[in-house]
Amino acid sequence: MSAAAHVAHGSHDSHGHHEDHGHHEESFISKYIFSQDHKMIGKQFLLTAVFMGIVAMLLSILFRIQLAWPGESSDFLSFFLGETWAPGGVLKEDMYLGLVTIHGTIMVFFLLTGGLSGTFSNLLIPLQLGARDMASGFLNMLSYWFFLISSIIMLVSLFVESGPAMAGWTIYPPLSALPQAVSGSGLGMTLWLVSMTLFVVSSLMGSLNYIVTVLNLRTKGMSMTRMPLTIWAFFVTAILGVLSFPVLFSAVLLLMMDRLMGTSFYLSDIIVGGEMLANHGGSPILYQHLFWFLGHPEVYIVLLPALGLSSEIISTNSRKPIFGYRAMIGSILAIGFLSFIVWGHHMFVTGMNPFIGSVFVFTTLLIAIPSAVKVFNYLTTLWKGSIVLTPAMMFAIGLVSTFITGGVTGIILADSALDINIHDTYFVVAHFHIVMGMSAVFGMFAGVYHWFPKMFGRMMNLRLGYIHFWITIVGAYGVFFPMHFVGLAGAPRRYYDYSVYGEFDSPTGEMMMDLNVIITIFAIIAALGQLIFLFNFFYSIYRGPKAIQNPWKANTLEWTTPVEHVHGNWPGELPTVHRWPYDYSKPGASEDYIPQNVPLAEGEEEH
Amino acid sequence: MGKLIAIIVIVLGVVALAQLIRIYELNSKLRNSGENEVINRDNKLNGKLMLAFMAFFFLGFIYLMSEYGWTGRGVAASVHGRDLDSLLNLNFIIIIIVFFLTNFLLFFFAYKYTRKPGVAAFYYPHNNKLEMLWTVVPAAVLAVIIILGLKTWNSVTDNAKKESIRVELFSKQFDWTARYSGQDNTLGYFDYKLTTANNELALLTSNTIDSAIFEMEDGLSGIKALESKLNDNTIMLVPEEKEKMIVDLDRKERLIRLLYQMKARHNKKVDAFAWDDIIQKDTLYLCENKEYEFNFRAKDVIHSAHFPHFRAQMNTVPGLTTRFKFTPDITTKEMRVIKQNNKFNYVLLCNKICGGAHYKMKMIIVVLPEGEYNSWMKAKMATATFKHNYFPVVSSQAAPAAKTTDTTAVADK
Repeated sequence: MSAAAHVAHGSHDSHGHHEDHGHHEESFISKYIFSQDHKMIGKQFLLTAVFMGIVAMLLSILFRIQLAWPGESSDFLSFFLGETWAPGGVLKEDMYLGLVTIHGTIMVFFLLTGGLSGTFSNLLIPLQLGARDMASGFLNMLSYWFFLISSIIMLVSLFVESGPAMAGWTIYPPLSALPQAVSGSGLGMTLWLVSMTLFVVSSLMGSLNYIVTVLNLRTKGMSMTRMPLTIWAFFVTAILGVLSFPVLFSAVLLLMMDRLMGTSFYLSDIIVGGEMLANHGGSPILYQHLFWFLGHPEVYIVLLPALGLSSEIISTNSRKPIFGYRAMIGSILAIGFLSFIVWGHHMFVTGMNPFIGSVFVFTTLLIAIPSAVKVFNYLTTLWKGSIVLTPAMMFAIGLVSTFITGGVTGIILADSALDINIHDTYFVVAHFHIVMGMSAVFGMFAGVYHWFPKMFGRMMNLRLGYIHFWITIVGAYGVFFPMHFVGLAGAPRRYYDYSVYGEFDSPTGEMMMDLNVIITIFAIIAALGQLIFLFNFFYSIYRGPKAIQNPWKANTLEWTTPVEHVHGNWPGELPTVHRWPYDYSKPGASEDYIPQNVPLAEGEEEH
Repeated sequence: MGKLIAIIVIVLGVVALAQLIRIYELNSKLRNSGENEVINRDNKLNGKLMLAFMAFFFLGFIYLMSEYGWTGRGVAASVHGRDLDSLLNLNFIIIIIVFFLTNFLLFFFAYKYTRKPGVAAFYYPHNNKLEMLWTVVPAAVLAVIIILGLKTWNSVTDNAKKESIRVELFSKQFDWTARYSGQDNTLGYFDYKLTTANNELALLTSNTIDSAIFEMEDGLSGIKALESKLNDNTIMLVPEEKEKMIVDLDRKERLIRLLYQMKARHNKKVDAFAWDDIIQKDTLYLCENKEYEFNFRAKDVIHSAHFPHFRAQMNTVPGLTTRFKFTPDITTKEMRVIKQNNKFNYVLLCNKICGGAHYKMKMIIVVLPEGEYNSWMKAKMATATFKHNYFPVVSSQAAPAAKTTDTTAVADK
C-alpha cells in the first residue's frame, strides 16, 4: 500500500510532528478508501453499518405494516416492493418471510456485530491503549473490505427474482436447503451463505487483530488491570468471535455441500414438492448445534461491546469511578466463558435428550449472576454521583434499563420447563429485541454521541440528541413491551397474520390484532425518530461546532490526542500511563478528573 | 406526482431544520454558552423526564399486565400444564420484583444525582462486602429457580406410562395428520420410501412395499417410463430436461434397490401393527383424563407441534421421531364454559417457520368425555382403519394385488 501511497496528489500536513513514525503523503484513495488507519476504518465500519441499519429498519416497517393491517393495500408497500412482491400493495406471504429473515440477519450481523464491534474496537483499541495503530493495518483494511463486499452481496440478494433467503435468520435446514420448500431457498439462500462466509472472514481478521493489539501494543504503564473496561469488553468479544465464528463457517459450508453437491449432512428421509429425495442419515439437529454454538456467543459479541462502552460513559458522566472495576472485568470474563456452554437452551424442544436440557438450564441461569453483578455495579456508580446527562449518558442509562428488562425475561426462557410453553412465541421476540437489540443499539448510540468529537473533530447537537433519545426509548419500549403479552397469549412468531385465531378463539385473535396495531404505530414513531439522529449525524460531520480536545473531561488516553487526526495518533512520543482510568472526583485532587497519563502526586495512592 | 411532492416536502423540511440549528448555534455562541457544556437547565429537565418516563413505563406495564396478562391461553387444559403455570407465576413474581426495584433505582438515581453546582461526586471505587452481597443473593434465588424448574422439567419429559395412548402426528407443508395406534395401542412401522397416493403416511406392510415398488418401477414417471423416454430416439429433449431426467432416474434406481432390500428383510408379523391404525385429518379427538404419548414426524422440513392450551410443544424433524406426553383434563365443552365463548376450540399450531403458508398450518383439537370418545373410537375401529381404507372394496379378505388400489386415496371425512 505504501508504494501506492507515493503516487500522491493530495498532501497531508503532518510533517515534522512525528519523526519517530515513518509517515508518507496520502492520496485521496489511500486516505479515505483503501485506508489502513484504524480511525478511518472505524468510520468506514460505522457508515456502512448505519446504512445497513437503515435498510433493516425499513424492512421491519414493511412487515410491521402487514402485521398491523393484514390484507389492506398500502402505497408504502407497493412503493418499495412493487407488483412482484406486493401486488396491489398487499405483501406476499413468501416475501414476508424474506423481510423477516433479512431484517434479522442485517441487524444481528451487519449492524450490531460489524457496526458496533467493528466501529468502536477499531477506533478505541489503539487510542485507549496508547498505540500508533492496529497490529496489522493491512489485515484491518481487508477486514473492512470483506465486510463491505459481504454487505453488498446481502443487499443484492434482496433483488433476486426468486426472492431473498426466507428461512428465518437462523436458516434451519431442511427449509434452507430445499428450493422446492420455499422460493427464497434458491439463489437468495446461496447469496446469503456466500455473504455470511465473507462476513466470517472479515470478523476473523478483525478479531485476531484486536486480540494481538491488546496483548502486544499497550503503551508503557498500561497493564491489563489499568485498561478501560471498553478494551476489556472488546478483547473478550474478539476472543469469542475467533472461537465461535469458524463454527458458523463450518455449519454454512456443510449446508452449501448439501445444497450443491448432494451430500446428506442435514437431510434425511425427505419428500418435498412430490419428490422423494434419496438423502438419508443426516440430521437437521446437527445444524442447530453448530449454528447455536456460534449463535449464543454471538449474543454476547453484540452485547459486551455495548456494556463496555456504557461502563466508560456512565463512569465519566457520573464523575465517579466505575464501581467494582475488578468485579466488572470478572463478570465480563465469566459471561464470555459461560456463553460457550449454553447454546442448547435454544433447542429445548427439538427432541434433545431431557437430561442434556437440564445441564443447559443450569449453565444458562448461571449467566444471570455476572449480569446481576454488572447491573448493581452500574447502579452503585450512579449513586451519589454528579451526573451530567449528555445524550451519550442518557443512552447508557437506557441501556442499563433494557439490559434489566430484557434480562429478567431470560430467566423464564432459560427454564426449560417454562420454555416448552413460550418457545418461538412473541415472548422470545420481545426478550431478545430488548436485551440484545435495544441494549446494543443504545450502546451504539451512546458510543456515537460520546466519541463523535474524536471521530469527526466536531460536536453533535445536544438538543437533537435529547429528542432522539426520548423518542427512541419510548418508541422502542412501546414496540417490544407489548410483544411479551402477545407471546404469553400464545402467538407464534414469523406468522404472516393471525387470522387463523378466528377459527378457534376469536377474542384472543382480536387482542393480538389490537396489540399489533399499537406495536406498529410505536415502530413507525421510533423509525421516524431515527431521522433526527441521521440528520444530526450528517449535519454535524460538516457543520457541527468544532470540538475541544477533551469535551467530556474524561481520563482515557484517546482524549490526549489532538483533535485533528494524525497518522500514528500522537504527534510526539506515546503517552505513559500512571494510573487506572477511573480517577474521577478523587479526594484531594484539584479537578474532578485525572487523566491516565498524569503521574501520581506525592503521597497519592493508587485506587 | 404525489410522491414528488412528498419528496420535495421532505427535502425542504431538512433544509429548514438545518437553518434552525444554525440559528440556535449562533444564538448560543452569542450568549457565550459553549455547545460542549450541558447546561444545568437541560440537565435538570432531563433528570425530571427520567422520572416521568419511569412512571409511564411502570404504569404501562401494570396496564398491560392487568388487561392482557392472561388472556389468550386462560387456564391450562392439561395436568402438567397447571404445574407449569404455577411455576411460571412464581418466576414472574420474582422477576417482576427485580424489574421494579432495579429500574426504579436506575431512573431515580438518574434524577436524584444530576449535577448540582458545588456538590462533588462521592469517590467510591469498590466495596467487597456489597459486591459479595449481590453475587450471593442472586445465586441463592437462582438456585431455587433452577431446582423447582428442573423438578418440573423431569416430570414433564419423563417416559410415558405403558398404558398411555399412542398417537402419531404427521406434519408436512402445510397441514397435520393424526394416526391413532388402534386396537393394539402400537403404532405401525413406517418408512418414507413407502409413500404413495394411498399410503400418505408411508406405513410399512407387505402390501405397501409391493405397491411402492410397483409405482417406482411402473408408475407414470417411474423407472421404466424414464428409461424408455431417454432411450427413444424419436423424442427430442431439451438438454436441461434430459439432464433432469437422468438425475431423477439415478435417484430412483438408488431408491428401488433400497426398496427391494426392505422387501427381502421384511417381517410379515409387523403388518398387523399398521393395519389397525386409524388415520384422521382436520380434527384430533382426545379423551379426557387419559395420558397420551404423541410421536411426531415430519415429511419435508422442520415443523413444531405447538399446543398452546395444553402447554405442550415439540419440534417435528425429518428423519427423526420426537415425543411428548400429556393428559388433557378439561373437555372442550367445559372449556367453552370457562372461556364464556361457545365457539372456542383447542388447537394444534405449527410454530417453526416452514414456508409461505406456515401461518395457516393448524389442526383443531376436541377433548371429549370418556363415553363420547369411546363410542367415536369404536365406530372408527369398525369402519375406518388403515386396512379398511387401503382395501376399500374387498375389505377383510386376503390382500389382492396392491396395484389395483393405486388410485384410491385415503378416505376420511
